[in-house]
Amino acid sequence: MSIDYSDKIPNNVGLDDNRRLQRALEKWQPAYLEWWDSLGPAKSTTMDVYLRTAISVEPGGWAHFDHVRMPDYRWGIFLAPEEKDRRVNFGRHKGEAAWQDVPGEYRSELKRLIVTQGDTEPASVEQQRHLGLICPSLYDLRNLFQVNVEEGRHLWAMVYLLHAHFGRDGREEAEAMLERHSGDPDKPRILQAFNEKTDDWLAFFMFTYFQDRDGKYQLASLAESGFDPLSRTCRFMLTEEAHHMFVGETGIGRIVQRTAEIMAEHKTDDVRPLGVIDLPTIQKYLNFHYSICLDLFGQELSTNSANYFTMGLKGRYQETRIDDDHLLADSVYAIPEIRGGDIASIEAPALSSVNERLRADYILDSQRGVDRWNAILEKAGIGYRLTLPHIAFNRGIGVFAPVHATPDGRIIDDAAWNRDREQWLPSEGDRAFVASLMHPVMEAGKMAHWIAPPAKGINGQPLDMEYVRFN
Amino acid sequence: MINFTTTPDRYRHWKLAVDGPIATLTLDVDENGGLDPGYALKLNSYDLGVDIELYDAVQRLRFEHPEVGAVIMTSGRDRVFCSGANILMLAQSSHVHKVNFCKFTNETRNAIEDASLHSRQKYICAVNGTAAGGGYELALAADHIILADDGSTAVSLPEVPLLAVLPGTGGLTRLVDKRRVRRDRADFFCTVTEGIKGKRALEWNLVDELAPLSRLMETARIRAAKLAAGAGRPAKGIALSPLNRQITGDAIAYDHVTVKLDRAGGAALFTINGPHGAIPADAEGIFKAGDGFWPLAMCRQLDDAILHLRFNEPQLGAWILRTNGDTDKVAQADQALLDNADDWLAREITLYLKRTFKRLDLSARSLFALIEPASCFTGTLLELALAADQSYMLDGTFEDGDHPQPTVRLTDMNFGPLPMANGLTRLETRFLDDSQRLAAVRAWRGEDLDAQAAEELGLVTFAPDDIDWEDEVRLALSARAAMSPDALTGMEANLRFAGPETMESKIFARLSAWQNWIFQRPNATGEQGALKRYGSGNQAVFDRKRA
Repeated sequence: MSIDYSDKIPNNVGLDDNRRLQRALEKWQPAYLEWWDSLGPAKSTTMDVYLRTAISVEPGGWAHFDHVRMPDYRWGIFLAPEEKDRRVNFGRHKGEAAWQDVPGEYRSELKRLIVTQGDTEPASVEQQRHLGLICPSLYDLRNLFQVNVEEGRHLWAMVYLLHAHFGRDGREEAEAMLERHSGDPDKPRILQAFNEKTDDWLAFFMFTYFQDRDGKYQLASLAESGFDPLSRTCRFMLTEEAHHMFVGETGIGRIVQRTAEIMAEHKTDDVRPLGVIDLPTIQKYLNFHYSICLDLFGQELSTNSANYFTMGLKGRYQETRIDDDHLLADSVYAIPEIRGGDIASIEAPALSSVNERLRADYILDSQRGVDRWNAILEKAGIGYRLTLPHIAFNRGIGVFAPVHATPDGRIIDDAAWNRDREQWLPSEGDRAFVASLMHPVMEAGKMAHWIAPPAKGINGQPLDMEYVRFN
Repeated sequence: MINFTTTPDRYRHWKLAVDGPIATLTLDVDENGGLDPGYALKLNSYDLGVDIELYDAVQRLRFEHPEVGAVIMTSGRDRVFCSGANILMLAQSSHVHKVNFCKFTNETRNAIEDASLHSRQKYICAVNGTAAGGGYELALAADHIILADDGSTAVSLPEVPLLAVLPGTGGLTRLVDKRRVRRDRADFFCTVTEGIKGKRALEWNLVDELAPLSRLMETARIRAAKLAAGAGRPAKGIALSPLNRQITGDAIAYDHVTVKLDRAGGAALFTINGPHGAIPADAEGIFKAGDGFWPLAMCRQLDDAILHLRFNEPQLGAWILRTNGDTDKVAQADQALLDNADDWLAREITLYLKRTFKRLDLSARSLFALIEPASCFTGTLLELALAADQSYMLDGTFEDGDHPQPTVRLTDMNFGPLPMANGLTRLETRFLDDSQRLAAVRAWRGEDLDAQAAEELGLVTFAPDDIDWEDEVRLALSARAAMSPDALTGMEANLRFAGPETMESKIFARLSAWQNWIFQRPNATGEQGALKRYGSGNQAVFDRKRA
C-alpha cells in the first residue's frame, strides 16, 4: 500500500524519503489510530472541533486553526528548527558538537528517557477520555480535545525518535506505549501519577495545571539534551504544552471566580447547596494533584539523573542560562532529610541532586498560578486563600515517603494521618459532590453553573462560537 | 561484629509466611536497615544483613517447616522485585568484605537449589517488578521464574555495562549451564543495562512463564500447589532454638564447638567435641532430640563459627582443627543418620553437614587438622581432617599424657553422603581416579586406625612421634603464617578441588578468579573506576588495554 506520507502526516523530518521511518509507521500508525479509537476521547468520532494543528514549525505554521473531524486530525512530526553548530552544553561532553545520532554508549539511557516521557502522553489521553461527555461548555470541550490531540502528537514525537534512532528495540518500545494503559492492573503506565483517575473537570484542570507543568519541566530539561533530535523535538513540544497549562490555570481560576461570586452574593461559605464547588474542596484537589506531581521528579538523590546529566542527556531547567560550570563536579545543593522526626536540610553533591533542583524550580512556578487564584479571591473580598502544601505532604517517593506530614509540614503518626487525611485530601464524598455537578453543557456560548466564562474565546473568536459541531 | 544468627521475628527485610504446603518469602527491604551506615538500601537492594535473613529463612524452611513443598519468593514492593546487591555498599566495602559477601550469598543461592534437589522443597520466583543483577540472580536460583508481563518489568544482568564488574552470584554460569540460554543471546543480554522483558525473556528462556501483573501471585500459587503436591511431606518440623554462644576477647564457645583465637600466631584453634550421653538410634528418637541431636547441634555451631571467623576475624589465616570425645559415640551418631536415611530429619541433618563441610572447603584459610590423643576423628568428623590442607597425626602418645594413642575411623559417612562442590567425596577427590586405592581404604571401614596405618592409607599427611610433634607442628604453622595470604588462598583453592567441574564449583572458581581480579582492577575500583564512581554521576574512565 502506498501512502502519501506528507499529506497524512505533516512533518519536517523528510518522511517521504525515509524508508526506515515509513516501514516503522506503516505498522504503528494503524495501531495508533485503533488505540485512539478505543481509548481516546469517548464518542468523539463524529465531531468537528475547532482545533489548532501544527503543519510546520515556521511562525504561523504551528498554530493553524480550523474545524477538523476528530479522527482526521493530522498528527504531525516536527522538530524545532536546527540550531547551527549546536554543542553539548553540560556534563563530560560539554563543548563537543551535539549528537545527531544516538551515541552507542548511551543508547539504553536515552531510550529509557524517551520511553518514560513518551508513556505519559497517551496516558493522559486515557485518563481524560470520559470528560468530554460531561463538559461544562463547548469552549472547554474544545480545549479538552486540543489537549488530547496534542498529547497524542507528543506521543508521535517520542515514537518518531524511537523509530528513527533505536531500530527494532525502538519499534518494540513504540508498540508497548500503546499496550500499557492508564490504571490497567496488568499493564499500567510507567509513572504512578499517570494511573490515577481524572474523573471530573476540577481534576482535569488540576491535572493540566500541575501534571502538565511537570511535563513542561521534564521537556525543558530534555530540550537541553546533547542528543540534538531529542532537544529539537522537545523544544517544539514545549510550544504546545504552554496551552495545556493555560487551560488548567484559567480553568481553576474560573471555578474560583464562580465560587467567590456565589460566596459574596449569598454571604456564605456553605456554597455546595448553591451548586458550586466550595474552596476547601478545591484546596483538597490541589493538595492531591500537587503532591503526586512532586513525586514525578523522583528521588532527592538520584544516580540516574546524575548520570543523565554527566552524559549530557538531560540537563537542568534552562541549563544554558545558569551561571556555573555546567559540570557540577564539586558544587553542593541543599536537599531535605528527616532527622529525629523533624524536617531538616543537608548539603548533597549538586550532581546527584538534579531532580531536587528541578522540583524546586517547579514549585516556584506552581506558586504563580496559586497567587493569581488568590488575587481573584481578594478582589471578590473573600478571605480564604489557596496554598501549596508542604513538600513532605502525601509523598510516595523520596525521603518523605516513609512518613506522614500535614499540609503545613508537621510530621505526624499513622493514627493522626488516618484520622485527618480527609481534611486534606478529597474524600469519596467530596468526589461524589463534584461529580454531581458534572452535567454536560453543549450549547454554544453557555457555561455550567459552577464555572465562570473565560475572559475571551480561542484565537480571537467570540465565546459563543460553535467550537465543537456535532454531526 | 557481624552476627549471623537471627530469627523470623527479628527480620527487617524479609517476611516468611507459611500456609500449609506453600510458604511465601517476601522481600521488602528496610532502606535504613543496612549493616553499615553510609548507604540506603534503595529499591529492594541488599547487603549482607538482608542475605543473613534469607539464609536463616531457607534453613528454617527445611528444619522447622518440612511440610512446605514449595516456596514463593516475591517482593513486597510495587514495580521492583530486587535490584541486587547495593552498589554503594559494594563501593565502600573492603575487598575482603566484598569477597566474603559474594561467597556467602552464593552459598545461600546454592542452599536454595540444594533444598529443591534433595528435599523437594521447590522454589518459585514471582518477579513482580524489575529484577536487576543480584535480583535476577536470586530468581535464577529458583526452579521456576514467573515474570509479570506488564510491558515494563524486565530481568537484567547490567553489571558489565553499568559497573564494570561481573554478576557475582553465579548469574553468568546459571544462564548458560542451568537455564541453557544460548551463549550469543546470553552475551547480548549481559550487555544491555535495561535487560529483557516479556515475550523475548520467555523465548530466550530467561524466565519460565509470563503472567499478567494482576494474576502473578495467583499463577505462582497454582504453580506452587502443583510442585508441592504428591511429595509426601512430613507434617511437623523441629524448632531451631537460639545458639548458646559465648564470645569473649579471645574465644568463642558453643556447646560442642570452641574456638580459641591465637592473634599473635594468626590462627583460630577449633575444638569440635563429640557427643555425650545416649545417641538415639531411630527416627523417632532423632526427632525427639530435635536440635539437641548432636550432629545437628554441632553442625549449627560449626557453621556459625565458620561464618563468624570468615567475616569478623580476617587476620586469623590458619584454622587449626581438633576434635575431642568418644570415637564410638561419633560412630553411633553416624550410624543413626545412615540407618534413618529415609527419614526427613536425618536426611536434612546429613544435607546440612554436607553444606557446612562445603563451606569449610570454600573458606579462604589454611586448614590444618591435628589428630591427637582423646580426639574423635571418626566418620563425619574425619571429614574435617580430609578437608584440611595438611593433617598431622601423633604416632603414639604424649609422654606425660593419660590418653592412649589417637586413632581415626572411617564410616559410611565418608563414602557418599557428604560430597564436595565438585560432586565427589573428599576421599574420591583425595584419591582421584584411583579406585583401587579407594577400595583399599573402604575395606578398613569401622576399624580404628593408628597413625602409621592412617599414613599408609593416605588419610593423613604426616605422623610425627612425641619427640618430633611439637617442633613439626610449630614449624609447619609458623612457616605457613609467613607466606602471602593471597598466594595461599589461590594455591589452596587450586589444590582442594581436583576432579570434575560442577555448576557449583564453576561458580566459586570463577568468582574467585575472574570477579576478584576484576574487583581489583582500576577499571572497576580505581579512583576513576565504574564501581567507585557509580552513584556520583561521574563516569568511569577505562584503561582500554585488554589484559
